Amino acid sequence: MSETHRAIDAVWRIESARLIAGLARMVRDVGLAEDLAQDALVAALQQWPESGVPDNPGAWLMAAARHRAIDLLRKRTLHQRKEGQISQEIEARLQTALPDLDAAIDDPIGDDLLRLMFTACHPVLSTAARTALTLRLLGGLTTGEIARAFLVSESTIAQRIVRAKRTLAEARVPFEVPRGGELAARLSSVLEVIYLVFNEGYSATAGDDWLRPALCEDALRLGRILAELAPHEPEVHGLVALLEIQASRAGARVGPSGEPILLLDQDRARWDHLLIRRGLAALERAEQGGGLGPYGLQAAIAACHARARTAEETDWTRITALYDGLAQLAPSPIVELNRAVAYAMAFGPAAGLEIVDLVKSEPSLKAYHLLPAVRGDLLAKLGRFEEARAEFERAASLTRNARERDLLRNRGITCAQASTPP
Amino acid sequence: MPDAGIVERMTRYNESLTKAGVLLGLDGLHPLSMGARVSFSGGKPKVTDGPFAEAKEVIGGYWMIQVKSKEDAIEWARRAPMPDGDIIEIRQVQEMSDFPPDVQKAAGR
Repeated sequence: MSETHRAIDAVWRIESARLIAGLARMVRDVGLAEDLAQDALVAALQQWPESGVPDNPGAWLMAAARHRAIDLLRKRTLHQRKEGQISQEIEARLQTALPDLDAAIDDPIGDDLLRLMFTACHPVLSTAARTALTLRLLGGLTTGEIARAFLVSESTIAQRIVRAKRTLAEARVPFEVPRGGELAARLSSVLEVIYLVFNEGYSATAGDDWLRPALCEDALRLGRILAELAPHEPEVHGLVALLEIQASRAGARVGPSGEPILLLDQDRARWDHLLIRRGLAALERAEQGGGLGPYGLQAAIAACHARARTAEETDWTRITALYDGLAQLAPSPIVELNRAVAYAMAFGPAAGLEIVDLVKSEPSLKAYHLLPAVRGDLLAKLGRFEEARAEFERAASLTRNARERDLLRNRGITCAQASTPP
Repeated sequence: MPDAGIVERMTRYNESLTKAGVLLGLDGLHPLSMGARVSFSGGKPKVTDGPFAEAKEVIGGYWMIQVKSKEDAIEWARRAPMPDGDIIEIRQVQEMSDFPPDVQKAAGR
């Protein structure tokens, strides 16, 4: 790839979202807006290698897309009005129908970008479709990049995006920021997409294509953009805080030979303290907005770990209180299991076991190896070795990770030895 | 000290970095004359206070941005409203995963 082509890629990553957003407001169709933006990109790819990258590449792309839009609208009008009937009057209307060019790319408040985010994450679309469309329209990723990051074929993602655009058009989803009662639900749909993208990247392992872990950065970038666009929404800051703090541990959660390192065993000097600081600042903004929501509470829990200089200094009592809040706001068996661990750390294994036993027979946890692993750990701490052994063996049979399986088997064997007095 | 016009343009530029979600941090630095130099030679640190007549290039500040490629960083740097004659140098932050296992082990505690 030539230097200019790489420069064009960079310009595209910086400009495409605002370009598509501005065009979508003009033509009131996200799919068409993206096509127009792509046409402008093609024009840039043809012309810039010769002419060089213009001083204001964003304005150049917008002008190119706008010309194309006028052409298209003219053709449509022609088609509808029969040949030869296009008058100067219509031509003039077409010109004025497209608002001022500078206003379109300036979008100082970012309303268009926010509209685009809400549209791409509209509940009429499946979660997978929202995710692909968001990365494509707002993240500036190519279809190929999205496909590689999500380990699916490029044609699958291409189809998903085409269908999503069609669904939005057919459902006549308005290009606007939802208001009133609708806002909260629609916002949580946007936050969910960003959170999913982050987790997809976070779950990537050492051998994976670098595009997978890069999803964490894409999600963080989208979250930070959203926090600027919707500064009065505490949960947006809560999510950003959570992602910044989780990302701060990226360099510490894998050992030199690729083995996963659990939170309490991590070398805290390897945590990224710039990201922690950003995360704590975002959490503070979330707290200023009133009570914390589910993301804010998870961020507050992550912050307890981030603030502790050593694992021993962790404020487990505060963590139990935050989990109590989370269990009320967003109850789930996984939250309960985590709450149990926090209680065990704060108040001893018996307190934790009491909570674990409440979710022990939860159907959704039936194949979840961490349930017996946690229960086994608490039982062993209480000296109930025979029961603990059975739990560790069960956990070992459920995990798919070989290293973890060995670890759990060994703990089972230790318990078996402890339960039979010499 | 920079004049108000430059500061205003710079503030707008910094805002555009924030709005694009790429800015992690930034700082402007006081002139070198207010700082000091510690040079190392012959195994001994030597301290020199400012001003430094021989300094041709001084670092006036930095941005820390998170972007996908060197080209993205270049594209952002191109847009900075710098006074004539100024230079922006682009450097990538090293990460532990850039190093071989033995170096990573040496960095551990």
